[in-house]
Amino acid sequence: MSADFLYGIEVIINGLMAGVLYALVALGFVLIFKASGIFNYAQGVMALFAALTLVGIMEGQVPFSHLINAIFGTEVHHFGWEVPALLAIALTVLIMIGFAWAVQRFVFRHLVGQEPIILFMATIGLAYFLEGVGDLMWGSDIKTLALGLPQGGSLAVEEWTAGLGGDDFYGFFIDKLDMIATIVAILLVASLIIFAQYTKQGRAMRAVADDHQAALSVGISLNFIWVLVWSLAGIVALVAGVMWGAKSGVQFSLSLIALKALPVLMLGGFTSIPGAIVGGLIIGVGEKLFEYTIGAPFLGGATENWFAYMLALIFLVFRPQGLFGEKIIERV
Amino acid sequence: MLYREAGDFKTSYHADNQTFPIKFDRIGFWITMAIAFLVIPFVINDYWANAIFVPFLIYAIAAIGLNILTGYCGQVSLGTGGFMAVGAYACYKLMTAFPDVSIVIHIILAGGITAAVGAAFGLPSLRIKGFYLAVATLAAQFFLVWLFNKVSWFYNYSASGQINAPERFVAGVAVTGPNTAPWAQYMICLVFLTVCALIARNLTRGTVGRSWMAIRDMDIAAEIIGVNPLKAKLTAFAVSSFFVGISGALFFSVYLGAVEVGEAFGIQKSFLVLFMIIIGGLGSIFGCFAGAAFLVLLPVALKVLGVDVLGWPTDLVAHLNLVIVGALIMFFLIKEPHGLAQLWRLAKEKLRLWPFPY
Repeated sequence: MSADFLYGIEVIINGLMAGVLYALVALGFVLIFKASGIFNYAQGVMALFAALTLVGIMEGQVPFSHLINAIFGTEVHHFGWEVPALLAIALTVLIMIGFAWAVQRFVFRHLVGQEPIILFMATIGLAYFLEGVGDLMWGSDIKTLALGLPQGGSLAVEEWTAGLGGDDFYGFFIDKLDMIATIVAILLVASLIIFAQYTKQGRAMRAVADDHQAALSVGISLNFIWVLVWSLAGIVALVAGVMWGAKSGVQFSLSLIALKALPVLMLGGFTSIPGAIVGGLIIGVGEKLFEYTIGAPFLGGATENWFAYMLALIFLVFRPQGLFGEKIIERV
Repeated sequence: MLYREAGDFKTSYHADNQTFPIKFDRIGFWITMAIAFLVIPFVINDYWANAIFVPFLIYAIAAIGLNILTGYCGQVSLGTGGFMAVGAYACYKLMTAFPDVSIVIHIILAGGITAAVGAAFGLPSLRIKGFYLAVATLAAQFFLVWLFNKVSWFYNYSASGQINAPERFVAGVAVTGPNTAPWAQYMICLVFLTVCALIARNLTRGTVGRSWMAIRDMDIAAEIIGVNPLKAKLTAFAVSSFFVGISGALFFSVYLGAVEVGEAFGIQKSFLVLFMIIIGGLGSIFGCFAGAAFLVLLPVALKVLGVDVLGWPTDLVAHLNLVIVGALIMFFLIKEPHGLAQLWRLAKEKLRLWPFPY
């Protein structure tokens, strides 16, 4: 096999792994959209906020220390202890659940029955709010996430695959972190599916997704389910935030991955969990391959910024409901 | 008792159809215009022009553009920043290619070019609706910014990748370049805004505007009663992009003078303009002004309060700004989904009946 072909395969594998991360963010969107019809733009900022909180708790930072210092003229910044990773993760999950409750209680409960586009805009407001709160709480400098996840390329894979090609081929370069992210994502999706299929709350969640009023009439509390769904989305956001944060540091650009998840959703359809995963993989592979074959050699590179959107745009013109979305039927 | 239709007799169709049917409103309008044109240019200084008035006027034009598309025609667009960039780069290319032609013509032409680009990106709106369209317009945003970054023809192969506005004159007064007087900046923006607002107001009351609103309220029903969705949607995209392009051209040439595309016309700009029309009020020209004024003034006011009065660090105030803008947007959507314009409308209703509301 020629080296070019093998490098092409390497690009595809790396694309698949990037796609898994996109799918992880997209999954959070789908969960909320299915259960409440809210298109949650704040998902990316939730990932950022969760990762910031995790780092802050682990390092023992004082929340809102900047604000407190500015108001009272004090000089506090750290409690002086360090929290072990597992405890910090548990605390962060608690905070995300509290956040889910607050969002439901103070914002979306008042917006029930509004047009979808109003709800969407409310989540944009929420995204700004949460971004500001995250910065106020933990400061806006770039943080590193020290969870002890392995970094760098995997030598084992490289040596193992080097034999496939000729002398000019050195084996596949695959990031260890990406491999872990893939495994975590698969576990997360599997547990979500099991939760949705086999537990009481999961069934209730699917019932709400099918039909709000019917679910209400058999005694399912909509409020509880919505808090549950936002909490689940918060946990998914935490996982996504940890994976992306470990990769590129916890910083503002983390929230922009939410934008990358949008074309994934469009491809897969807003209402389909398998769609989010398949869409993520297609986008991940597509943009890497396009960059490798056409973008970098002919267009000057950095086509990854827009390729996903263009692909989704062109795709949607032919299939407006996405790959797995429910068929859109319009009546007067 | 001032604010009444009573006693204000209309004797012609023309008078009956005017924009401000109440005399008090008309007087208020002309007083505002007089202050804007005859008083402010003489008292304006550099700080007020650069921090408040010029950005307000330019964002108001952009907000009018987006409001036509989103508020009147119901097509949510997140590509405003990209279209502003088209206006800015079109203006730059025209300014450098034809230095002898007046900049006013360049700005209008830049609007025209943006209208063509906008209509092209509006084509998918015939198949894609709602959220899907909102995301599809992101394609325009990212693609256009990338294009202006990568293709060096657009910035005349300058090493920095920036575009710089050369000095240009209107009636012998410099309006672009480093030596521009604050009042000249203010005046050119004000003239463009006035003309744009008049055009927009009259378009939205006419046949075109009614067909946009029919599409917004329910596109299938509109199609059945004989509104051509292709025509309505594409004209909305084109007219909207025309205004957005003009605002982009002014933003680059008059306000900033030098522009790096990712920084000046990134996705944040799209959201900023979208927030303006949400807070101001969807489907209202007055709302565009109110929203633009609000979101231009809020950071300035917070900065004055936080940094100058309380002595807090700048980044802290910037974060607080985000929190407040976000909270306000949610608050408005919950309490008054129709924005400041609706509050204004309610106030006027109350005024008409005052002091005997029954």
